[in-house]
Amino acid sequence: MQSDASALDLILSGDPALYAIVRLSLIVSLSAVAISAVIGIPFGALVALTRFRGREGVIVLLNTLMGLPPVVVGLAVYLALSRSGPLGSLGLLFTPAAMVVAQTILVTPIIAALARQAIEDLWQEYCDELTAMNVGPLGRVATLILEARFSLVVTLLAGFGRAAAEVGAIIIVGGNIQGYTRTMTTAIALETSKGDLPLALGLGAVLIAIVIAVNALVWFARRAGENFAG
Amino acid sequence: MRAASSDLPIRFDAVTVRGDAVIMLDRVSVQIEAGAPTVLVGPNGSGKTTFLRTAMGLIAPSAGRVTWGGAESAPPLRRAFVFQRPAMLRRSAQGNLRYALAAARVPRVRHDARIEELLALVGLDGFERRPARRLSGGEQQRLALARGLARDPDVLFLDEPTASLDPAATKAIEDIIRAIAASGIKVVMSTHDLGEAKRLAGEIVLLHRGRIVERAPAADFLGAPRTGEARAFVAGELLV
Repeated sequence: MQSDASALDLILSGDPALYAIVRLSLIVSLSAVAISAVIGIPFGALVALTRFRGREGVIVLLNTLMGLPPVVVGLAVYLALSRSGPLGSLGLLFTPAAMVVAQTILVTPIIAALARQAIEDLWQEYCDELTAMNVGPLGRVATLILEARFSLVVTLLAGFGRAAAEVGAIIIVGGNIQGYTRTMTTAIALETSKGDLPLALGLGAVLIAIVIAVNALVWFARRAGENFAG
Repeated sequence: MRAASSDLPIRFDAVTVRGDAVIMLDRVSVQIEAGAPTVLVGPNGSGKTTFLRTAMGLIAPSAGRVTWGGAESAPPLRRAFVFQRPAMLRRSAQGNLRYALAAARVPRVRHDARIEELLALVGLDGFERRPARRLSGGEQQRLALARGLARDPDVLFLDEPTASLDPAATKAIEDIIRAIAASGIKVVMSTHDLGEAKRLAGEIVLLHRGRIVERAPAADFLGAPRTGEARAFVAGELLV
């Protein structure tokens, strides 16, 4: 990659290194969001629909974990995956998989907390109807997740926003290895420290464009879905 | 297809329901039998909605007991409830009915035919694919009636089904209620509207401050009320 190339040249020339970085960034962030959704949405629904001792504490904890400092998560995952750590034998440190793990830890509380709120609000609306229709606990969870689908799309976008913008955790557990674990955010951090501001700016522009494109795509899909479903 | 067992009669034995700092039903004893519609009347806070919810099994009595067809804990398989403000699922009209049929464990192969039948019954033919939440208030109420009927109930509870509807929509709902009652389903409903009670009721139950003040066949209640409260209500005076 030409370190002195202008931001626009890099984007327009189809620089393979740049596009490899973009591809890895998307793979890591979208994988983390997908895994977080599978864990976070059912967990959020469970907390929304069940009453148990300590529930308020769980909600406060979930809301607090939305603000987890990425570098602290990176450090914890680093310690767990390092050779002497409890999961060292998996050999995941400095791989894209480790980056997915770190981002999943960061994104899951966001999705779980926002899903909990969305589903609990809907439960107020549908509680009587579903009870009168004798819908069981699993049916209620499935129904409310489906009914909350438009709100949950925004929840997933919030998770994606967090993952796509994140640098502190993945730079620790991924190592920022060129051609292997370098993402847009870690590359921006590196190029800025090296003083290659055009390249850093180019990557920044691509990152922002991708986030806008993903949000726009999801927004229009959501609008179309709402028009259809009412 | 109707099962051999029935949720009727519904029997209240000295049922009391307490709210936060208020008694919503006070030692109510009554038996609801099959037959013409039972219409609950009374002012706001008299206990009409609480009575209906308790009879549906949505509220457990604080004291006393409720039985359905002689059974004390009967899941709501043969009874249905249409709420004053029904909550439609974010899907089409037929999607809402399909959901209700699935919840009532109606075999999937019968869904399409039953949906067509139910929409025709409530005058919503052609509305199959319309988003349920975009229907007007009267149309949503009709769809809610169809959704209740999807359970093939013995008894249908209606909580002020025409509140805030215009006269045309009210007439449409009342016509459907008559058709439902004529089909053999027991209708138990509440209303503020004495005219509606006159038009629909087989018997009228006047509730006041959580107690049943008077219960009588509609003609007797309207023609020769026995209690002061009933006389005031029929005369159109404010019961507070």
